[in-house]
Amino acid sequence: MKYMLLIHQGDAPTPRDPEAWAKLSEDEQKAVYADYMAINRTEGVSPGVQLDEPETATTVRVADGKTLTTDGPFAELKEAIGGFMFFEADDLDAAIELAARIPAARLGGAIEVRPVLEP
Amino acid sequence: MLATLIGFLGDFDLAEEATQEAFAVAAERWPRDGIPSNPGVWLVTTARNRAIDRIRRDRTLAAKTRLLEIPEATEDSVDDATFPDERLELLFTCCHPALAIDAQVALTLRTLGGLTTPEIARAFLVPEPTMAQRLVRAKRKIKAAGVPFRVPPDHLLPDRLAAVLAVVYLIFNEGYGGRGELAAEAIRLGRALAELMPDEPEVHGLLAMMLLHDARREARFRDGELVLLAEQDPALWDAAQIADGRLVLGRALALRGRGPYVLQAAIASLHADEPRDWPQIAALYGELSRLTDSPVVELSRAVAVAEADGPEAALDIVDTLDLDDYHYLHATRGELLSRLGRTAGASEAYRRALALARDDAERRLLQRRLAALRE
Repeated sequence: MKYMLLIHQGDAPTPRDPEAWAKLSEDEQKAVYADYMAINRTEGVSPGVQLDEPETATTVRVADGKTLTTDGPFAELKEAIGGFMFFEADDLDAAIELAARIPAARLGGAIEVRPVLEP
Repeated sequence: MLATLIGFLGDFDLAEEATQEAFAVAAERWPRDGIPSNPGVWLVTTARNRAIDRIRRDRTLAAKTRLLEIPEATEDSVDDATFPDERLELLFTCCHPALAIDAQVALTLRTLGGLTTPEIARAFLVPEPTMAQRLVRAKRKIKAAGVPFRVPPDHLLPDRLAAVLAVVYLIFNEGYGGRGELAAEAIRLGRALAELMPDEPEVHGLLAMMLLHDARREARFRDGELVLLAEQDPALWDAAQIADGRLVLGRALALRGRGPYVLQAAIASLHADEPRDWPQIAALYGELSRLTDSPVVELSRAVAVAEADGPEAALDIVDTLDLDDYHYLHATRGELLSRLGRTAGASEAYRRALALARDDAERRLLQRRLAALRE
């Protein structure tokens, strides 16, 4: 099975917000990097890309043929996606275990695990 | 039978359809050809073969080729074959935390309890289409999201077993409110679980607790009215079932069980003694409270403390609890205040309990308590 793991950053601090990031101890900061590195090296993982802050998002809709743009992400700021990765795994339990290792999950964010439809 | 087929086919719907077909074939053939020497194996084999036929016909399922590599057994030559008992795998799949708790309960009753969708809908007081939809959605998620069909590995087992026990307990509780068939179903599931996982003390603890509570079923209602434990007639208790429950509790204790279900079973066992050992009951509630950190357990402890040390000590506990929306808290306060002769406070507490209670029998009980205060 192939899963997409969507990382919702929530309140989890990232280096892109230096003030929040500074609230983590140096050891915690190192652990975040080390955990992401270990996850990206895990067999079956295809790392996605990191996205810039949700504040930089633009949301586009089309109504009556007219393009409407709004400032900000589609979801609430806190619920916006901060990144994603793919994981090829035997079953949902394996995907849940990987999701639980993603630092954002323990720092105030959440991971959404979605099966990818096979063609 | 369904568990074996789901395990083999990895598909709930296919297994259910194949099972129905196998029964239909049996209904046609057995009267004509005689009942096979092992009807269970015959049914599973027939259902399996029908399912394989169906997969062969259905191109969209052709991806499941592993099934097609298995040599086909003929339906009448397999009487000595054995099929693995996969009820446990099925139970863990139905109670997977990736499913909503409502769905876990419904799916467990449907696939392991063998209840029909209309029966489950009635038991949970929801319209039949809602329940059917819930089951369809759950089965679809199991398949689409890759929920595994297995007993979880050791590092996941404690959490996942807790989820299974919670579902069985929830089914029992639904039945305890009066729908007896659900309580009986929960006990059946508990027995199966105890047989399949004989080394898990909490499994025995849950079964013992259900047996001991259920043994008092007849005494809990008198003419449709709720009777409190203290006012129940012990002659109406099912003595054989209490003995059975204590036997199962003994097994849990011999396995050094001291978890929440074992403790609740031990408390239920003490409640079946006359006179009751209230200090011991209060002590066990204290242990349970430390384990669960639950204010509801603290409330129960307060009730035992009232008997052991008097209403004043109990009131001290009750007044620290953050359970303002819980009608039992106010009912308990009412009872304690009334024993202390503080009638005004008591009737105020009963009135708040009444405003919160939804169950009719509970409401009538509270109204009787309130009326008794005025006499």
